[in-house]
Amino acid sequence: MNLNPVIWPLLLPLLSAIVLLLVGKLPKVQRGINLLSGTLLVVFSLNAMQFALSNDPQAYALGNWPAPFGIILVLDQLSALMLVITSLLAIAALWFAIRQNSDRLGANFHVLWQLQLFGLNGAFLTGDLFNLFVFFEVLLLASYGLLLHGGGRRKTKAGLHYVALNLLGSTLFLFAVGALYGTLGTLNMADLAQKIAVIPEQNQALVASAGLLLLVVFAIKAAMFPLYLWLPQAYANTTAPVAALFAIMTKVGIYAIIRVHGMLFGEGAGELAGLHFSWLLWLGLATLLFAAFGALAAASLRQLVAYLVVASVATLLVAIGINQPESMPATLFYLIHSTFIAGGLFLLADYIRQGRPQHADKLLPDFAMPRIALIGSVFLFGSIAISGMPPLSGFFGKLLILRSALQHPDFWWILTTILSTSLLIIIALVRAGSVIFYQTLPQEKCHTRDGTAICANPSINMLGCGSIVGLLSIGVILTLFAQPIFSLTESISQQLADNKRYQQQVLQLQPKDNPHKTLHWEGIQ
Amino acid sequence: MEVLLALSIGVMTASGVFLILRPRTFAVVLGLTLLAYAVNLFLFAMGRLQIGLPAVIDAQQSGYTDPLPQALVLTAIVIAFGMTAFLIVLAIKARSELGNDHVDGLHLAADEEEQRHHPR
Repeated sequence: MNLNPVIWPLLLPLLSAIVLLLVGKLPKVQRGINLLSGTLLVVFSLNAMQFALSNDPQAYALGNWPAPFGIILVLDQLSALMLVITSLLAIAALWFAIRQNSDRLGANFHVLWQLQLFGLNGAFLTGDLFNLFVFFEVLLLASYGLLLHGGGRRKTKAGLHYVALNLLGSTLFLFAVGALYGTLGTLNMADLAQKIAVIPEQNQALVASAGLLLLVVFAIKAAMFPLYLWLPQAYANTTAPVAALFAIMTKVGIYAIIRVHGMLFGEGAGELAGLHFSWLLWLGLATLLFAAFGALAAASLRQLVAYLVVASVATLLVAIGINQPESMPATLFYLIHSTFIAGGLFLLADYIRQGRPQHADKLLPDFAMPRIALIGSVFLFGSIAISGMPPLSGFFGKLLILRSALQHPDFWWILTTILSTSLLIIIALVRAGSVIFYQTLPQEKCHTRDGTAICANPSINMLGCGSIVGLLSIGVILTLFAQPIFSLTESISQQLADNKRYQQQVLQLQPKDNPHKTLHWEGIQ
Repeated sequence: MEVLLALSIGVMTASGVFLILRPRTFAVVLGLTLLAYAVNLFLFAMGRLQIGLPAVIDAQQSGYTDPLPQALVLTAIVIAFGMTAFLIVLAIKARSELGNDHVDGLHLAADEEEQRHHPR
């Protein structure tokens, strides 16, 4: 079977979402279809990866309209990497949701799940700026539904902030798109890059402001300072599998910055080249600082993990901002690591929440939870991975980023901030771990409420623990296979740096002949 | 015409920004709607202002207006419409669940009650 690697990762979730909607009355069938579709998506994504590794960027003309007039999908190695990360994270989180029954908390969980994947994959594959906006809206609308899944006042409050802020972001996106179209007359990213390279001087300021406006939009998605305040509330209050899936959502912002700004304001952009790097570097460092303070001040474990997500995004922003030859492979390596580990920690935090009778995942002393040694060890493992201590993958990711920072003129600031915030994050994690696992209340303090002892038989539903093992084991896999994976990210970065090749592939795409129909343009003219 | 259009986009954006910064959800929803109107007009203007020219190919015509911004505006209107509808439903849900329509509105008394019985 010869499946087109570009279009199928997009069609599969869309078709599955439609089918899932039709079988809405049969929850068991829905679970089966969603799992099947999720597994198939992993296969398709790996297929796309394999294809992208051995080929140039592959363009696909939707509706057979040639670029730059029609909408183009482009599969290159970076897109393929994002597809693989998304599909693996999604299948792990979905397995956890099904085993823990959290998909039954509200209606249409599975439909929204597939639509979310559709939006994510679309955003990773599109080669058109306006189409990127449309896929952002698809993934956002699905994420609104997933965020509120299960209901509850805290979710409603966090959801309201999330929706309002993202609506504002969408409006800004449209302003930026409009300004770019008004000055350059195209929205195809490859074509935009070529037009920006030869832009007349009086239009430079306009294009630069549109580019920075786009940076604001992507910064909202990626939770960059000062636009990160929505994230901790939203992620800490939603259901665990959704929070785990959302570990990829902030990376969409990172991907969009690498793709759009790297393409439009990369080396070939003349006067406007490198417009975004200093903003990313300094605001990224500020984000890192505030995320570390937030982690220290977090009141609950899930809030702490949410701040760790902000910190990992901040590290990625700094790494992009460093803009040295070695920094892009390091960025991608850290991106793979931080997405999976953060997802795994969100799932683990759900076990801890279930097991503590009095304070759930709040960082207050509570009665001992069952299987405390096992869960504590897994927490220790995850903490080592995410804080960047040896021997797990976070250490290699940070080491590579710091090594590339040495070539930057401001390396002193970068190294100081990254290392000192790492220390703060370790302190925050140690404090959380010692409160949760060591400061247990003695059983004598157990009092009764409504006739039952509050600490009687606390239990943890351990089903779905395979997801946590799978996600956290990425930390080991990335360490053991650090060399092949780093050469993979190096190959991705080389292809990314070769903007010209990408533009050529997109703009020289010939429409396919349609044997059933011939267009007679001459007759109209 | 240019001045009128520019002024209306500017006034709508300014009012939208002002309303978004208000503390009640209803004002925020109105502000986002106004901003969406402003951006739709802005997108439309980016195809340059033309009068009496068709966007679709026609054998009798010599000039055309740019059809792409019109397609973009159409898409943007539909998306903004759907999102606003969602936000309104969410705001109503927040009003009933939180007990007030403040954007930061947790109903404190009810929350403390929940805290006592079902600590989370």
